[in-house]
Amino acid sequence: MSTATHADHHDHGHPTGFMRWLTTTNHKDIGTMYLVFSLVMFFVGGAMALVIRAELFQPGLQFVDPGFFNQMTTMHALIMIFGAVMPAFVGLANWMVPLQIGAPDMALPRLNNWSFWILPFAFSLLLLTLFLPGGAPASGWTMYPPLVLQTGNAFPFLIFSIHLMGLSSIMGAINIIVTIMNMRAPGMGLLKMPLFTWSWLITAYLLILVMPVLAGAVTMLLTDKYFGTAFFTAAGGGDPVMFQHIFWFFGHPEVYIMILPAFGIISEIIPTFARKPLFGYSAMVYATASIAFLSFIVWAHHMFTVGMPLAGQLFFMFTTMLIAVPTGVKVFNWVATMWRGAMTFETPMLFALAFVFLFTIGGFSGLMLAIVPADLQYHDSYFVVAHFHYVLVPGAVFAIMAAVYYWLPKWTGNMYDEKMGKIHFWLSAISVNLTFFPMHFVGLAGMPRRIPDYATQFAEFNAIATVGAFLFGFSQLMFAWNIYRCAKGGKKATAEVWEGSHGLEWTVPSPAPHHTFDTPPVVK
Amino acid sequence: MDHSERYYVPHGSYWPIVGAVGLFLMMLGVSAWLNGSSLAGWVAWIGIAVVLVMIVGWFATVIDESEAGMYNAQVDRSFRMGMTWFIISEVMFFAAFFGALFYARQLAIPWLGGEGNNFFTHLLLYPGYEAAWPTGGPEAWGGDFRIMGAGGLPAINTAILLTSGVTITIAHHAIKEGNRALTSWGLFATIVLGVVFLFLQAYEYVHAYQDLNLRLTSGIYGSTFFMLTGFHGMHVTLGVIMLIVIWIRVLKGHFTPRQHFGFEGVAWYWHFVDVVWLGLYIFVYWL
Repeated sequence: MSTATHADHHDHGHPTGFMRWLTTTNHKDIGTMYLVFSLVMFFVGGAMALVIRAELFQPGLQFVDPGFFNQMTTMHALIMIFGAVMPAFVGLANWMVPLQIGAPDMALPRLNNWSFWILPFAFSLLLLTLFLPGGAPASGWTMYPPLVLQTGNAFPFLIFSIHLMGLSSIMGAINIIVTIMNMRAPGMGLLKMPLFTWSWLITAYLLILVMPVLAGAVTMLLTDKYFGTAFFTAAGGGDPVMFQHIFWFFGHPEVYIMILPAFGIISEIIPTFARKPLFGYSAMVYATASIAFLSFIVWAHHMFTVGMPLAGQLFFMFTTMLIAVPTGVKVFNWVATMWRGAMTFETPMLFALAFVFLFTIGGFSGLMLAIVPADLQYHDSYFVVAHFHYVLVPGAVFAIMAAVYYWLPKWTGNMYDEKMGKIHFWLSAISVNLTFFPMHFVGLAGMPRRIPDYATQFAEFNAIATVGAFLFGFSQLMFAWNIYRCAKGGKKATAEVWEGSHGLEWTVPSPAPHHTFDTPPVVK
Repeated sequence: MDHSERYYVPHGSYWPIVGAVGLFLMMLGVSAWLNGSSLAGWVAWIGIAVVLVMIVGWFATVIDESEAGMYNAQVDRSFRMGMTWFIISEVMFFAAFFGALFYARQLAIPWLGGEGNNFFTHLLLYPGYEAAWPTGGPEAWGGDFRIMGAGGLPAINTAILLTSGVTITIAHHAIKEGNRALTSWGLFATIVLGVVFLFLQAYEYVHAYQDLNLRLTSGIYGSTFFMLTGFHGMHVTLGVIMLIVIWIRVLKGHFTPRQHFGFEGVAWYWHFVDVVWLGLYIFVYWL
């Protein structure tokens, strides 16, 4: 190696046009592809959510038949989780982790390309099922047997698309860990890393440990359906509840996979706009690690109602409530960072602030659900839907939007339209509450989830939620338009972009050149 | 970290997109085949062929680059870390199936037999069923069957795999000392032991199906037995292929006492396969 000169390993005469994107090993190109893919999936999954909300606008059956309604709830969840939120975070990691740690690229750039390009094919397999006889999977994204085993032609497509998504996630996670552990610039000690990078390091460990478990679980479903195994059939000595245990052993860390990078983003944005260093940096790191550890020993709180020994219920209840401690540390530190800061409220900061408020609401309803006797009432009600949408939409999705507004000038070299950004924020913040807050009430009053019809006493709140959902959905067109406009031109951004920004990513010009940190920067 | 050298970033490659298309065709074909489509087999085989071409082509590129001396110490570290985490993800895949085995044996079966607070479940669902292991379940799926005892073939297989762990370690020490002949013989012995293991596993499967009436469809016992040993067998097969590639590379004169990650990655993988087998031998065959 040492004999080769610098020019040998760059500038091979890049392919242009479409070929550039197919063969690229550049972390910025791949990050962009992940983010664009995620945005497309966000609209596809969002359209499905609007089908659901349109049907629920009034009691009775209006637009779709119950079978198709169930297909929509299933596909909406799968697409939003695996197609929108996770790829968005991986895209952000691709773009920002090398820039934050002073690396020239990801550690395994070709693997990185493969991780991305598997995704469009995986989702083609999944979306294809909409056009098969019997339609798309309709069992809910959790795929509980025996119901899921009744899926028609869509079944193997569902299983294999999940295998492919898992493959992509595992390879992406390996890449991120190796990049962070091996490619840091000299002087960039672990406890000097920006929190977004830290949160992704921990998230990547979670991914590697749980995605293979999901692959195993869906493989067992496949053999149960087609090859006569008895994993989930009591008659053959198996147990349908066993699927739920295996699934949620994956599923609970999975929900943290979707929120830990968001924590990292918020921990970047708030110090910038409060113009103060993050309060309690190492406490944040340890809190993130604690949450990740706890995520492995709380899974059965998703299934209190299926029956388990009392000791099991108590164990999972207490471990779940324990998560509130490190999460509380994080919320406290965000607030303490803002305390007496010189705050300004640009769009990323607005989204970050909304995250702190609204994610916390979702966290609190999670605490309510952790209590076994209460959960027996809330289970499978709209209260649960309200809970996880509060942590996922104004939680994960708002954090992604905050990150996009925050780093967009670094990516494109142009400032986005601040006024339109603010309008987008307020429309989103208001409509998201309009959509999901009433769900708490109807849930507590007994409205079940995943049912296309409901008792008339729930009509008003459902109508409000539907109006909110359409408002939210169409507001996002403004987001896409703002990104497009920003990519095309606009006010030139400086290298620092934000007055209070600090970190290696702000030392490179805006837009970040195709190759950055070809020689390692020195971090003091 | 040694930062005296510049970073290495590889140039673009067509192999990832070829691999993605291959995987897509393969999954599409198998899905359609499971749905009973007649043309599906072709699509699946084309997909598998494309994936195989991708694997060969991609590795060939990497081996060529490695032999051209393009990889520095940092790249070597990246490969090592990547392989380590890949093996950990494989461990977790097996963990799912071991988890199913433990759950079925320790919880599901006793509960079906009425243990704990499941008296009524037992009474209403399967009043005649007595919890036992091995079992085909309350409805005795697949009928009566006998199981592979821990002695005999599985014990021989355990000895074979453990010995192969020794032979590959001998090869490893030899490669570090620059003793190419011993490296090659150690690898050859490991490959032979691996192939013998696979042959005996296949023989065991035939024996199970023909003489013991132990099948994949023999309830939860058959499910866990064949899925665990089957996935292990697939990994051994993969390991043997990897060993053969490394053996050929050794014969061609690749690797130096200092630079031989390709060898070590495969050796780690082989040890992983070995350890999984020990788990299988203890929990599936023995206990």
